[in-house]
Amino acid sequence: MSGQAKLSEKLPEKSIGRLPFAAPLGGALARLGLGPRALVIAIPTVWLLVFFLIPFVVVAKISLSEVAIARPPYLPLWEWQDGILSLSLNFGNYLFLASDPLYYSAFLESLTIAGFSTLFALLIGYPMAYMIARAPGGMRNILLMLVILPFWSSFLLRVYAWIGILKTNGVINHALMSIGLIDEPIVMMQTDFAVYVGIVYTYLPFMILPLYANLVKLDETLLEAASDLGAGSFTTFLTVTLPLSLPGIFAGSLLVFIPAVGEFVIPALLGGPDTLMIGKVLWNEFFSNRDWPVASAVAIAMLFVLVIPVMLLQKAQQSDGGHS
Amino acid sequence: MKKLLMLSAALSMGASATLAQETTLNIYNWSDYIAEDTLEKFTAETGIKVVYDVYDSNEVLEAKMLTGNSGYDIVVPTSDFLQRQIAAGVYQPLDKSLLPNLANMDAALMEGAANYDPGNEHAVIYMWGTTGIGYNVDMVAERLGEDYEVNSWDLVFDPETVAKLADCGVSLLDAPTEMIPAAMNYLGLDPRSTDIADFEAGAAHLEKIRDSIRYFHSSQYINDLANGDTCVAVGWSGDVFQAMARAEEAENGVEIGYVIPREGALQWFDMMAIPVDAPNPEAAHKFINFIMDAQITADITNYVWYANANAASMPLVDEEITSDPGIFPTPEAKERLWGATVYDARADRAITRLWTRVKTGQ
Repeated sequence: MSGQAKLSEKLPEKSIGRLPFAAPLGGALARLGLGPRALVIAIPTVWLLVFFLIPFVVVAKISLSEVAIARPPYLPLWEWQDGILSLSLNFGNYLFLASDPLYYSAFLESLTIAGFSTLFALLIGYPMAYMIARAPGGMRNILLMLVILPFWSSFLLRVYAWIGILKTNGVINHALMSIGLIDEPIVMMQTDFAVYVGIVYTYLPFMILPLYANLVKLDETLLEAASDLGAGSFTTFLTVTLPLSLPGIFAGSLLVFIPAVGEFVIPALLGGPDTLMIGKVLWNEFFSNRDWPVASAVAIAMLFVLVIPVMLLQKAQQSDGGHS
Repeated sequence: MKKLLMLSAALSMGASATLAQETTLNIYNWSDYIAEDTLEKFTAETGIKVVYDVYDSNEVLEAKMLTGNSGYDIVVPTSDFLQRQIAAGVYQPLDKSLLPNLANMDAALMEGAANYDPGNEHAVIYMWGTTGIGYNVDMVAERLGEDYEVNSWDLVFDPETVAKLADCGVSLLDAPTEMIPAAMNYLGLDPRSTDIADFEAGAAHLEKIRDSIRYFHSSQYINDLANGDTCVAVGWSGDVFQAMARAEEAENGVEIGYVIPREGALQWFDMMAIPVDAPNPEAAHKFINFIMDAQITADITNYVWYANANAASMPLVDEEITSDPGIFPTPEAKERLWGATVYDARADRAITRLWTRVKTGQ
């Protein structure tokens, strides 16, 4: 209590209700020829520069280096020797990725697992988002709250909870055995099934929320018009609701698919040893082989594998937006 | 582990409240690897407050060390990892004038450790152990017969034997540089060989038992053995003994055994060392010297059931522990222990790649 009181004392009164220093900052930017619009764009630009572009360049740089027993464990890319700058770029790491089918099959398995997880999340998330969007006002907020609620606990704890649910001595097996449905426990942990459960469970809210945001805006008069023109409820859904919700489907699918491809924690905790995802391969290169250059090359290659489908999806979405 | 973290949090709060002069020591050690009161005693004796973090794999520690600026004053790598990290320039030489308790150490074991750190210049043994087999006594007897004596790698490496145990859960360490040499040794090859053809033979043998292995992990087996979720685990000696203790605490009727197989096993040393960029090397020396105190080391061994290398502490270690051949092996068993080899980048890559093939079939 006393802490709060002190805090409000410290703040000058006029700053309440707006950002302190907003006026002088705005003035300074105006003198530089930057209006409020530039400021709005500048913040995400700086963000991307600092948290995406610079790390990307660092990783790209390491991927062109060579492994060494040193700290950090790779050779520098450039060296000043007698006033001469010698630059050595090593593209061998990328060639190495192409030479071993391991990387290709790990990429493929990651894409497959992420793809199916996205599909399952869509099949489960769409009806949920639809119901929430159609629920009466007060109920809707409670349901939305329930979707977000799991985020209040740690992600790791929630994945660990699934271990307790799925393991051989776990909740599901105990329940099924006590009602006599099965005699022997079913092995669910350390299987691909557990990985799917973990990924779909974890990323489901990222599917539901954009879908909800889209479906809640759906103009109900369109549905009435369709029904006036003789369409049954299924036909209405297929010809009106579904096409109009495509942007929500794209947004939700991307939000699930992209993190799922690079997922490491869920397959590491729930998956079996034969679940070969690219996250694990990256871990091996970095930690077991201490080969930071090859690990970086894997990361850069992964980025390109992801960027292409994302760009295709975005293009599809844009052209779709153009039609309607 | 959580208990330890809470303890160190409580410690640091207590220390900051009472001490005018504040020194902090940052320690990075293996999980479940220290007695409950060790840090408390250290702070009481020296007034140095301790922040204690844990890891469960050498690889994670090594990545932090190679990145640099970890902020840790004391880390505890395993001998072969230590050797490579010394070569990379990660550690500072110890100032032995600050370590009078070095006199307590077992000369023969320190000499063993000097194979990795010539002259023991950079590190002191914290604990040591073997990589052997932990097993659930009843579950194994049920499947292999009451008369089956568990004393050989046959239990996990003989395809027919291990197939009979597959249904109750068999796990291997997720540590290629320990498992592949163990398989090589089983085949009669030199476990210290760095010949890639030998790695391939070891890996090919592991592939024969692959279908009977439930998972590869380096810490999960402690709980799983204790709960009866797993019946056989290739694991680190002290960890299996901790599973034993947890099962006893839980009174769940699970009886666990640990055996150093008669064909031999890997012997390793976990070594305390001080990174070159440690913020507080003076406090780090104090801590190393404190750990080498006979009573303090004995307390840790009595709690974690790992063998120490402190000759002076032996009379203070529980009889139950010193007499257990799984912890302090008999002289004949000692003959058949081997030390880890340090691999070059080429061998590292070959062994990791083979390990991925063993685990995933690719």
